Amino acid sequence: MTRTRFLSLLGSYGVVVALLLLILFGWLRYDYFLGFFNITSVLRYNSMFALVALGMCFVIMTGGIDLSVGSTAALGSVVAALFSPQGTWIGLGAGVGAGLCVGLVNAMLVTRLRIMPFIATLATMLAASGTALLLADNQSVSVSYDSGFTTIGQENFLGFPIPAWIALAAYIAGWVVLNFTSTGRGVLAVGGNEDATRMMGLPVGRIKFLVYLASGGLAGLAGVILASQFGAGQPIEGVGWELFAIAAVVVGGTLLTGGVGSVGATLAGVLLLGILFNVLNFENGKGWISLSAYWQSVIRGLFLLIVVILQAKLSSRGNAAARDH
Amino acid sequence: MTDTSQTAHTGKRFDPFDFLARYGTLIALVLLILFNLAFTRNFATIQTLNVNLTQVCTIVIVAVGMTLVIATGGIDLSVGSLMAISGALAPMIFLGKIIPIDNVYLAVAAAMVVSIAVAGLFGLFNGWLISAFRIQPIVATLVLFIAGRGIAQVMTNGNLQTFRVPQFQFIGLGRVLGIPVQVILMALIVLAAAWMLKRTVFGRQIIAIGGNERAAELSGIAVAKVKLLVYAISGLCAGLAGLVVIAINSSSDANLVGLGMELDAIAAVAVGGTLLSGGKATIIGTLIGAMTIQLVRYTLLANGVPDAAALVVKAAIIILAVWIQQQGRAHA
Repeated sequence: MTRTRFLSLLGSYGVVVALLLLILFGWLRYDYFLGFFNITSVLRYNSMFALVALGMCFVIMTGGIDLSVGSTAALGSVVAALFSPQGTWIGLGAGVGAGLCVGLVNAMLVTRLRIMPFIATLATMLAASGTALLLADNQSVSVSYDSGFTTIGQENFLGFPIPAWIALAAYIAGWVVLNFTSTGRGVLAVGGNEDATRMMGLPVGRIKFLVYLASGGLAGLAGVILASQFGAGQPIEGVGWELFAIAAVVVGGTLLTGGVGSVGATLAGVLLLGILFNVLNFENGKGWISLSAYWQSVIRGLFLLIVVILQAKLSSRGNAAARDH
Repeated sequence: MTDTSQTAHTGKRFDPFDFLARYGTLIALVLLILFNLAFTRNFATIQTLNVNLTQVCTIVIVAVGMTLVIATGGIDLSVGSLMAISGALAPMIFLGKIIPIDNVYLAVAAAMVVSIAVAGLFGLFNGWLISAFRIQPIVATLVLFIAGRGIAQVMTNGNLQTFRVPQFQFIGLGRVLGIPVQVILMALIVLAAAWMLKRTVFGRQIIAIGGNERAAELSGIAVAKVKLLVYAISGLCAGLAGLVVIAINSSSDANLVGLGMELDAIAAVAVGGTLLSGGKATIIGTLIGAMTIQLVRYTLLANGVPDAAALVVKAAIIILAVWIQQQGRAHA
């Protein structure tokens, strides 16, 4: 038992250790790595991915997947930009609302029509993208600069970017829900064994419904930040976000088969992938190597590769250990 | 895994869902053609046929490989990136950027063989991750989805490669007996794959693995080997499709070749009636599925509906097709 526990601990804290090592490396090697400007810009930019990955984490813990988050964020950004002249809160609400609508459709398709999450969210990914393009008339939609809408993405609060605070609040809420509520326990139970959970009398349908709804809402919120940060709603942004989010969740040690997962490790996964980018930029700045931006996706892919192989080895040894006892 | 074996038609009572699940996509395709004959101007022309066929070709070629992968219960997200790799590599070879080859035919042949083979090797790599480490296909192929396009961009430094090499572009622009060459390629691949899936041991093994992997393993099927081959075939198909795309465009842009192809291919497979959980597959269905999606898009565009709205309709079709198939199975 102790051995299994050790391996699972390594599985969930490995990402934190890797993150700390990467930060240590950056701090020792680059002058301004832990400078205020760099920290805030990394946090500001990655908070969008953090929000999307949080929703993805919950969906994956139930054994599902949500491929629609990228285009939902794009839709959210367009809707928020369109409503931004009405005021900050209305823009925010409209963007999140658009995300919730997509989440609602996903939830209905998965729980009512019982369509596989992969294919259901693939379809809503196309639909959300099409809707965003239609609403935006195939171009980016400038936000209103008079209504204060850009505050959300561009301003600071207590010295830190507002998007980072939003993401932090979302992660704390996610952590509380997962660890201290019956719904949260239900999420892991459904992913572990759906039939058993149903027989135990837990509302499987409602739990799944809620995770897809939440994932949509968080993607919409990420879209609001996107629009606010860059001053425009962008219908073609968000391509590949879903896969980045899945990568971050996987790097964080959450099993794609569901039933196991951690909110904190997901955040560490997002930061790890984000800071990897940042380190590469600094390394280019040093002038020793000159890696084009294209190397970033190669390196991210390699990184994902290492993590999934390690995870596969750990989990097979964990299973073997569990069988021995 | 639930029982995915399709129970034989009892023949006693007519089940509309089962009927729709079997023939729904074909009926939709026929209805679409009839609609267009009635309402779309200049529909019944060779020109229209060629436009639609050439547009659907690369999707079908990739979707054939995807069908085999999905039949084993897997998925291949890397196909678009592999198209970008083969599309980036081929011009570098036949333009002599790697090693100068004097004879243009030799250069083109080398370009085609090497770039398709490289895509196949990457496919093999996917299969290796999946069978050796038991990594879920969606995660294993996610690696190359992310890294693959990066590799293509690094190879070309993100630059557009333009060329005018008729010997190479024959596969995208040439015609034999008035039929576009890529349509012939597509037909050959579809026929070969359909035959293989139905008539060969390998085909049966693919279906057996998708139906029940454990049972297949216990009955002596070399599951790992079959999976390796299936992902390699998917890579080869993607490699070929990448070449056709750049031949049509007379240029290769690593940022764009094959972008979003994985979704188009999966959609074609799903609409065509292959079970996404594996164990039942139809290559002809995939062909019909791809053509249906293409024709829906064409119909909407030809009648003045914007492309973005076509995306929404495409989403609805995918859901409808999968839902009807599920009902068919539930009633069967």
